[in-house]
Amino acid sequence: MRRLPLLLPVAICAALLTGLQLALSAAGLQSYLNEAIIAAYHAIVVLGLCLLMGYAGQISLGHGAFFALGGYTSAVLTTAPLSAARDSGWVRGLRLAGALVEREDLYGAQILTVAPGAAFLAALLLTLAVALLIGYPALRLRGHYLAMATLGFGLIVYRLLLGTDWTGSADGISNVPPWHLGCGLTVSGRPAYRVQNFYIAWGLCLLTLALLLRLAHSRIGRALRAIHEHEAAADAMGIPTAALKLRVFVLSALLAAGAGSLLTHYHRGIYPSAADATQSVRYVALVAAGGMANLWGALLVSATLNFLSLRGVFGSYDHAVFGALLILIVSLAPQGPFQPLAERLARRRRARKEAAHGAA
Amino acid sequence: MRRRLVAAGRILAFCAAWACSAQAAEKPPIKIGAIFAVTGPAAFLGAPEANTAQMLVDKLNAAGGVNGHPLQLIVKDSGGSPEKAVAFAKQLIESDRVLAIIGPSTSGETMQIKALCEEERMLLVSCAAAEVIVNPVARYVFKTPQKDSQAVEWIYKTMRQKGIKKIGIVSSNDGFGAAGKKQLETSAPAFEIEIVANEVYDKAATDLTDILSKIKASGAEAVINWSIVPAQSIVPKNMKQLGMDVPLFQSHGFGNLKYVEAAGKAAEGILFPCGRLLIAESLPDDHPQKQLLLEYKSDYEKRFNDAASTFGGHAYDALMLVVKAVEKAGSIEREAVRDALENLKGFVGTAGVFNFSPADHNGLGLDSFEMLTVKDGKFVACKNADR
Amino acid sequence: MPDVMQLLLQHAFSGITLGSIYAVVAIGFNIVYSTTGVLNFAQGEFVMLGGMTAVTLAAFTPLPVAIAGAVLLAGLCGAGLELALFRPLRRHSTLHMIIITIGLSIVIRDAALHIWDEKVRALPYFTGDEVSSVRLLGAAISPQVLWVLGTVGLLVLVLHVFYRHTLAGRAMRACASNPEAALLVGIDTANMRTLAFALSAALGGLGGCVISPISMTAYDMGAGLAIKGFAGAILGGLGHPMGAVVGGLLVGLAESYSVLSGIPAAYKDATAFAILLAALFLRPHGLFGSPERESLKEL
Repeated sequence: MRRLPLLLPVAICAALLTGLQLALSAAGLQSYLNEAIIAAYHAIVVLGLCLLMGYAGQISLGHGAFFALGGYTSAVLTTAPLSAARDSGWVRGLRLAGALVEREDLYGAQILTVAPGAAFLAALLLTLAVALLIGYPALRLRGHYLAMATLGFGLIVYRLLLGTDWTGSADGISNVPPWHLGCGLTVSGRPAYRVQNFYIAWGLCLLTLALLLRLAHSRIGRALRAIHEHEAAADAMGIPTAALKLRVFVLSALLAAGAGSLLTHYHRGIYPSAADATQSVRYVALVAAGGMANLWGALLVSATLNFLSLRGVFGSYDHAVFGALLILIVSLAPQGPFQPLAERLARRRRARKEAAHGAA
Repeated sequence: MRRRLVAAGRILAFCAAWACSAQAAEKPPIKIGAIFAVTGPAAFLGAPEANTAQMLVDKLNAAGGVNGHPLQLIVKDSGGSPEKAVAFAKQLIESDRVLAIIGPSTSGETMQIKALCEEERMLLVSCAAAEVIVNPVARYVFKTPQKDSQAVEWIYKTMRQKGIKKIGIVSSNDGFGAAGKKQLETSAPAFEIEIVANEVYDKAATDLTDILSKIKASGAEAVINWSIVPAQSIVPKNMKQLGMDVPLFQSHGFGNLKYVEAAGKAAEGILFPCGRLLIAESLPDDHPQKQLLLEYKSDYEKRFNDAASTFGGHAYDALMLVVKAVEKAGSIEREAVRDALENLKGFVGTAGVFNFSPADHNGLGLDSFEMLTVKDGKFVACKNADR
Repeated sequence: MPDVMQLLLQHAFSGITLGSIYAVVAIGFNIVYSTTGVLNFAQGEFVMLGGMTAVTLAAFTPLPVAIAGAVLLAGLCGAGLELALFRPLRRHSTLHMIIITIGLSIVIRDAALHIWDEKVRALPYFTGDEVSSVRLLGAAISPQVLWVLGTVGLLVLVLHVFYRHTLAGRAMRACASNPEAALLVGIDTANMRTLAFALSAALGGLGGCVISPISMTAYDMGAGLAIKGFAGAILGGLGHPMGAVVGGLLVGLAESYSVLSGIPAAYKDATAFAILLAALFLRPHGLFGSPERESLKEL
């Protein structure tokens, strides 16, 4: 019975978004969907980070690096031409496995590259490995040491991407092909595919939200909360703290990488600044502004701010507005933008109850 | 009294109606989109570019517009972020439906929107320097800054004249530095230049004595630095502090007197290829660019109270090229304008004289550069430096 | 002097040049952290503000006056921000305060861009000029670096005296080790926090002035400096001014020597952070810190 109230808001949200899309398309404002799509993918990263920071209480200042790992793996694999090695053993093996695709690039030449689907899998696998490698030692640290370690990790990834030739160094990689998902769906930035990409992006985002909501309200979620409040006590109660923390870290990293990969196909390119400290700090700030352990808050704040910023609403003052909003929300409503409203509703309910009691 | 009021009212109404009908007879505005990095790490490019574009549009509109059409400039500040550049490009293409996009300011942003503009058939005239923007050629993508490869050619030619054979290269880790480094490496063998030391540093580095010590130890006879500010001013200072007195060559990104001031005494004798904007006064009077350069310089300095730079000039060229193409095509249909632009010859801009062709979407040749040096804290042409 | 030795010495000097800049930022971090437990992400911006203000003032006042003015203004700025943003908040966790400093750093940076502009500027060298250098055993170092080192050393000394021999300093240390007990004995913890921010901002501003001729001052220099300064402070052990300086210098030396090793200079920064990561995994409380003290401080 408790399940219904949990996922009902998700369904309502889906309905609202559908309505929004129909309204925008009817009004000829379909280009607004572009910013909404980008905001959705970044929201997936923020949701994963919210689970890690808000529920498990582990701060990560390096999630931009995971986003970039996913994006760059997809980009490098789907743009590196394998035509020269066409006859070698491993290329033929990959071909048999269906991992390669022959396509035309921007200038009309025929090239052989890895298929986007296979590249996506590779991105997830790589991120899994890196997250385990970094998570295992890092999660033994606490508080600001963990923050520094994740910041350092993110910066190393950024520097490596910036300084390496075959990742495109400072210009990044462009000309990443669109991803044909099958059943007529394609992840691509072109206007013709805009509406379906809106549904793909927001569908994945709401799916992530639903999954994380279920997780947060399950035994695992309660265990995470216990770890957040007092790790030693949770340990003493028999909760496998180290393993749980690592699992949540890896899950949030995989979500970030997946979003990165999809967004790279949508943008048809990726660039090093997706991994730098500014971007990672931005994600953390959005989680905090949403109210640390509030998945809905994180979604709302990140989607809204990113949408407005990409629309250019703040003009040259974009960063200042972002910083100012951050300060305002965190100082005035640290539990998230919904908290003052929730408190007021709770107060009203209590008052009504007391009035009913008094009358009785 | 009443009759006078009524008469005045009638005259006013008549004027209003006449003004309205005059409005209706006015031609539709030509919308030109601009994506510049007005704020952010590339602001030294985007800010002068945005200023120049606005100044130029105001000037053209005051003179009656282009073929009678008023110009409408829509400037978007990307802050140097490629993601924003892509989002703004899509907005300009789909919402604002502009005729052409000028900018972006950096190569990274341009490369991220190149495929987008080509597929959506949007005319793009970039103010970024990378060779890959126009090579391989995309039908709708052009650029106005000079070719890196030609800057490199000038440097190597000068070195050959001076008998320099072994060099050390230091470059920054941004797009501009990386592109320059690649060109330097590719062209060196043709000029019989040997690169004995080759290091990349972070563009925000505060001190480069460690890297330059390595270069000094390698026995290089000259040093080439390919970067933007502040490294352009830090490298000469560090070299002098280390006691290196081999000649220092820089890229065409050094073209602003402020960088010379920042390096102070250490800037004496730096050699670099550049457009002629900085030495416009010393050009012979019959030089095709002289009048344009002097006019641009004085207009910019008067309006913005700030030294004109070659970067702003790239935006000037980009906008004027679109305007010229519209005038030549006699239409504001994008296809016609694109065809006119692709075949434009002999256009005098701030960077040089442009000659486009279907295979060359940059249009500038070796003669768009001049080798400059710093003498007594001022820019002078090498050949006039009495060395 | 044999060539190899000279090269090593030259790289040591380069490392010290870089490290002294990072040490300046690290000291500021330390002051706020020790007193309030907050990691002030805006520390780099105070350094930037000091430099920018000094350059503006130096246009019409003599250099020492400009620097004094800049330091004063930076200190007032730090105090003002603390009063406006942190004083009204009572029941907020340290994490929230850290997030607020992140927002602050963003706002200050944008404000600086709009107040000044994007151009790079610098103070004149205190002694000598752009081309002068001091020769020690064949290796060269700019005289300005000696100024930076001298300033940093003086700051460490002054802080040492302040913490141990003045009432205010001892009160700040009390707040750092046990805020509740400090309150109980009548120490005004709120004022101590303001003092900590003002002090770290002022010292950061002074640092910004003294490094300006070497590193040049621009509106966006804060972020990169903050990260390196951070690394230095953690490496040395948070809560120890001497540790901050040593940590900062070590980060600079690591960067400089990584150029000599086979690692391409493009990855120079990555090397510094890799060393930081190794330090965190192996000895998180830093060189001068002790594990027991740190376990008391949790987020």
